[in-house]
Amino acid sequence: MSATREADTSKWNLRLYTAGQSPKSLAALANLKRVCDEHLAGRYSIEVVDLLKNPRLAKDDQIVAIPTLVRKLPEPLRRIVGDLSDTERTLVGLQLKARK
Amino acid sequence: MSAQPNAGNVVRDFPTAGKISALAFVQAVHLMKMERPAEARALPKAATGIQGLDEITGGGLPKGRPTLVCGGAGCGKTLFAAEFLIRGATEFNEPGALISFEETGEELAQNVRSLGFDLDALVEQKKLALDYVRVEPQEIEEVGEYDLEGLFVRLALAIDSVGAKRVVLDTIESLFGGFTNQALLRSELRRLFRFLKDRGVTAVITGERGDGSLTRQGLEEYVSDCVILLDHRVTDQTSTRRLRIVKYRGSTHGTNEYPFLIDEKGISVLPVTGLSLDHAVSNERVSSGVPRLDAMLGGKGYYRGSSVLVSGTAGTGKTSLAAHFAHETAKNGERVLYLAFEESPKQLMRNMRTIGVDLEPSVKKGLIKLDASRPTLYGLEMHLVRIHKMVSEFKPAAVIVDPISNFVTSGTEHETQSMLLRLVDFLKAQQVTAFFTNLTSGGAAWEKTDVGISSLIDTWMLLRDIESGGERNRGLYVLKSRGMKHSNQIREFIITPEGIQLEDVYVGPEGVLTGSMRAAQEAREVAAEQARREEAARRQRDLERKRATLEAQMAALRAEAKAAEEEAKVIAEQDKEREATIEVYRAAAAKRRGADKEKGTRSK
Repeated sequence: MSATREADTSKWNLRLYTAGQSPKSLAALANLKRVCDEHLAGRYSIEVVDLLKNPRLAKDDQIVAIPTLVRKLPEPLRRIVGDLSDTERTLVGLQLKARK
Repeated sequence: MSAQPNAGNVVRDFPTAGKISALAFVQAVHLMKMERPAEARALPKAATGIQGLDEITGGGLPKGRPTLVCGGAGCGKTLFAAEFLIRGATEFNEPGALISFEETGEELAQNVRSLGFDLDALVEQKKLALDYVRVEPQEIEEVGEYDLEGLFVRLALAIDSVGAKRVVLDTIESLFGGFTNQALLRSELRRLFRFLKDRGVTAVITGERGDGSLTRQGLEEYVSDCVILLDHRVTDQTSTRRLRIVKYRGSTHGTNEYPFLIDEKGISVLPVTGLSLDHAVSNERVSSGVPRLDAMLGGKGYYRGSSVLVSGTAGTGKTSLAAHFAHETAKNGERVLYLAFEESPKQLMRNMRTIGVDLEPSVKKGLIKLDASRPTLYGLEMHLVRIHKMVSEFKPAAVIVDPISNFVTSGTEHETQSMLLRLVDFLKAQQVTAFFTNLTSGGAAWEKTDVGISSLIDTWMLLRDIESGGERNRGLYVLKSRGMKHSNQIREFIITPEGIQLEDVYVGPEGVLTGSMRAAQEAREVAAEQARREEAARRQRDLERKRATLEAQMAALRAEAKAAEEEAKVIAEQDKEREATIEVYRAAAAKRRGADKEKGTRSK
């Protein structure tokens, strides 16, 4: 396991796109919170966007799959689709962990 | 990240492959008749506005259902879909939503602008909604379960924003490049088709053609109600676009491959068959432009809407005859479409001017449209589509194809024949007089047309060389002319600076003579006639002289007779006098003698 590349002080800005209260969306949010608390305690913010309420955002932010997690900060922009049930791969996707 | 079918995806055959072959012909023939009465009962259709397509689908695409348009790269799928959408918005008042997976709105607008469609204006007017769905595999990490609800949300948004009745998804399988969970994608795709049906939109989904199946996923063709296959084929370095309706649930449709054309006005599809021999006929006659030729053709020329063929070897004046006809038709204020496959318009006009046919004013007035192209420029079908289109737009009274024999260079004889058959049928149906020229290659029988279309022709004229006395002269005769009394004589065909002239050939004991032989023979005849006349005059003079002599003799005799008569009269007179004198003397003597008897009784 190699070390993370991000500086520990950076601010994490995450956005989770969901469509209503589907089981997959709820699972994704729970999984995300768990991962963040573990690795990014105190320096992250999660914004949940319900596309059923704001369909225009799906077009503006190029969302196709639900749920989609977008890492807005730090750059570069990253997207992870799915319910984030695999913690290991979630960390890789967020670049909190190098790809094996 | 390829879009290869996954392991579980067995390569399947085309959905309706088995039904096509045997019934194709019968269906095509009955298509025209069947579709009309069936229309009332059959499922509702959404007209595409694409030229010719609504004809072969019997009214358009299935209304409220998804249609798959598939084909290889560059076959015109996106354009087809875009035209369907734009024509829906502009011509049928059905707003549309375009979900593009490959091109941005800006790129799309640019692409269709070349076809004269203004996408931006339609978006402005709320007649069209555009959404470019970008799927970048590099950006996306998949962790756990997901679905494509985001796409559905966007689709619903696009539909609702303009109240779309038509939807285009181009090209949906790009999704398969962006996501790895094939099973999920397949089920979502099914859900998408279901969704489109539930929304009641007429949808066109485009798909890339896969190996051995119509689409890469082998899925869309099963869930679509109509499948249209586009094809771009190159034969002998000439490309032809073709379109085939592979399936159409709940409707009859033409099953052939139909050639289509993409040009500055969009797509035009040409129905290949289905033309029956029931076109209207006209009794009207149109002049050939050569008065003596009209005289040969029952005195009036060709029938309007008939097909005319002039065949002959090189340099016999086929084009000249065609130009006369074009000139004459334009002179009567009617339009002519002149398709030249050998000469450029300028060259043609220059050449014809030298024989007294100036086409230029008519061309400038828009009465003659000269369209010159090499036959090899397009495939045969493409030529047919182009001619179709030009005739529909230009609406000429006559079409001249000069020459048809050149088509053989861009197809086989059989293909050419079938193409010309359809051309003749089409022009007849439009009541357009068709004038074809055909170059007979040397050595071939004169009555043979290379492309074997003579049986389709109503009036067939043959131009031939007559070689004699070290000269080559042209002869024209009417081989056949349906429905009119026509001359069976050969005429000498002379091209003069004032145009074509037809002269009687010399037919006499010397055989058929033309050219200077004819002139020499005519001169000889004139001389002989002169001599005959002189001889007759001489004999006349002789007789006159003889008569005069006899007359004189008769006068002399008559004078002699008269003299004799006078003489006789004088003698008779003298006799009488003498008699009287004697009587006087006798009476005196008797007196003297004292005779008592009367004279005459003296002797008794």
